[in-house]
Amino acid sequence: MTDKHPPTNVLYLDGVSVSFDGFKALNELSFVIEPGEMRAIIGPNGAGKTTMMDVITGKTRPDDGTVIFNDSHNLTELDEPEIAELGIGRKFQKPTVFESHTASDNIRLALAGPRTAMSALFGSRDHIAKDRIIKVLERVRLIDHAERLAGDLSHGQKQWLEIAMLLAQDPKLLLVDEPVAGMTDAETEDTAILLRDIAQTHSVVVVEHDMDFVRALDVKVTCMHEGSVLAEGSIDAVSANERVIEVYLGR
Amino acid sequence: MITRALFNLSDTGSRIFLGILLAVAVLVPALNLLVPETSAFHIPTHIVPLFGKYVCYAVLALALDLVWGYCGILSLGHAAFFALGGYAMGMYLMRQIGTRGVYSHPILPDFMVFLDWQNLPWFWYGFDLFPFALFMVFLLPGILAFVFGWLAFRSRVSGVYLSIITQAMTYALLLAFFRNEMGFGGNNGLTDFKDILGFDIQAQTTRATLFVASIATLALSYIIARLIVTSTYGKILIAIRDAESRTRFLGYRVENYKLLAFVVSACMAGVAGALYVPQVGIINPSEFQPANSIEAVIWVAVGGRGTLTGAALGAVVVNFLKTTFTTGLLAPYWLFALGGLFVCTTLFLPKGIVGTISSFIAHRKAVKQQAKDASENRIPDAAE
Repeated sequence: MTDKHPPTNVLYLDGVSVSFDGFKALNELSFVIEPGEMRAIIGPNGAGKTTMMDVITGKTRPDDGTVIFNDSHNLTELDEPEIAELGIGRKFQKPTVFESHTASDNIRLALAGPRTAMSALFGSRDHIAKDRIIKVLERVRLIDHAERLAGDLSHGQKQWLEIAMLLAQDPKLLLVDEPVAGMTDAETEDTAILLRDIAQTHSVVVVEHDMDFVRALDVKVTCMHEGSVLAEGSIDAVSANERVIEVYLGR
Repeated sequence: MITRALFNLSDTGSRIFLGILLAVAVLVPALNLLVPETSAFHIPTHIVPLFGKYVCYAVLALALDLVWGYCGILSLGHAAFFALGGYAMGMYLMRQIGTRGVYSHPILPDFMVFLDWQNLPWFWYGFDLFPFALFMVFLLPGILAFVFGWLAFRSRVSGVYLSIITQAMTYALLLAFFRNEMGFGGNNGLTDFKDILGFDIQAQTTRATLFVASIATLALSYIIARLIVTSTYGKILIAIRDAESRTRFLGYRVENYKLLAFVVSACMAGVAGALYVPQVGIINPSEFQPANSIEAVIWVAVGGRGTLTGAALGAVVVNFLKTTFTTGLLAPYWLFALGGLFVCTTLFLPKGIVGTISSFIAHRKAVKQQAKDASENRIPDAAE
């Protein structure tokens, strides 16, 4: 396996196309994420950002193209649990947590460990890593809410809990879909700090509409339009791009 | 692991539930067998199997609650598993009749002689042996649930679509079992049972024993279901119910989790059917009716979905009402009453009887705790 050497690319998309009933959601999409990189992806509605995440996580099979993870795994041949086990975590646009479980149980179920039904039935996850649960919850500042039901948390707290679940899963690559949608300005700022902190140890792809937030992340930006890459570069370069201004930012 | 199991069964709900079952298991046979018929406390012999029937329905409701309440699988086909278990038991009971049938054939049941069959069909072999029949009571519903669930959950059929195809499944079996060529007695089903394990099936003591066996089955089913839902596996079932895609993207094979719960639930329903048949004395294709499955859903909803104890309580309460309603002047209105009950439950008691009571208790506890915290905080204030 190539795991012994650091991979040259964490994620490699080449010529990925997906169409739904003739509508091309992705059109020859190609880009590369390097190890340890954080990338922000912007673009108008319908640009194919969420479809791209669906393809990477195995929810949608592309009609054409290759998606390679860590130089070695062809993701188009795997399904969601297999891809998750390889080390790709995904945060949904709408915060998706287990509402009838406590925050700490949410983390407990996300922690890396055996995933089969039989091991869950006869083994116990209670003894594992109480300190890891605490550590993860501290990192997203939910430690005071550890024993509250996730359903009782505020919208922003749910977003953070979901990010915390990804941290517990300890993936090599995190895909984060609109993490600050519906957050207050203060929460948005905190989230930017949190994601930059996470990016120290993980590769991260963030899809976001909020340009202030993207600017706060201060990373390389890819602008998507009609299913392919329109522009790529620093936030200043991309937002100065004529085409980007035309289709997305507006004059 | 054993201490954890005991701990998970030591909550108030479990204690009350298992306590009541123990009391009923002692009281009903005692009041039937030991108290003289002239006494006001005597339970007539024909009532014992009626109670036994309620208990079997409670096991069915518990099985349904395991998949619906904890995993969000709204099965409208659990009557199929119940009936299959019932048929397996019915086949054993038929073969026990022997020469005492109308046609006195030593091997063939009456309906086969009537159809002019010469040999016992191959799938009736072995059912003269009780252990084999008992094994089939688990195996047949289990296999059906496994094949059906494997196809449905792998194809990610869920929600209302799954409910519809489970209903189609039980309806298809209903039509199949109606046919004489199937070899299960067609329209009339299996009946005229004489004895079970050598004991007269009509005898007072046999009926009392079957009742106690039903209670024991309910208790055991409850313990199994409770241990399942309190395990890590149970937590993941609830996680699937709340956010299926989240669970999948965390790396869990959702289809395997659903399949295991579905198969366990089907086996439980099969055992309920097997205990039901000797107590009511007949099993026929009408047990496969989709309406029966829907009634079971109503029991669970009335008692409290996702509580286990509530499912059992709901089954007993609704069926008690049904017996009361359908044996008097009100008989024509039973279905209206049942529909009304379901609507009222959905509108006014969305958590069912047990769910409402337990959230009321939890609320009071929280209020008390708050008051306690407040008074504790006030003490240092007063000291200042």
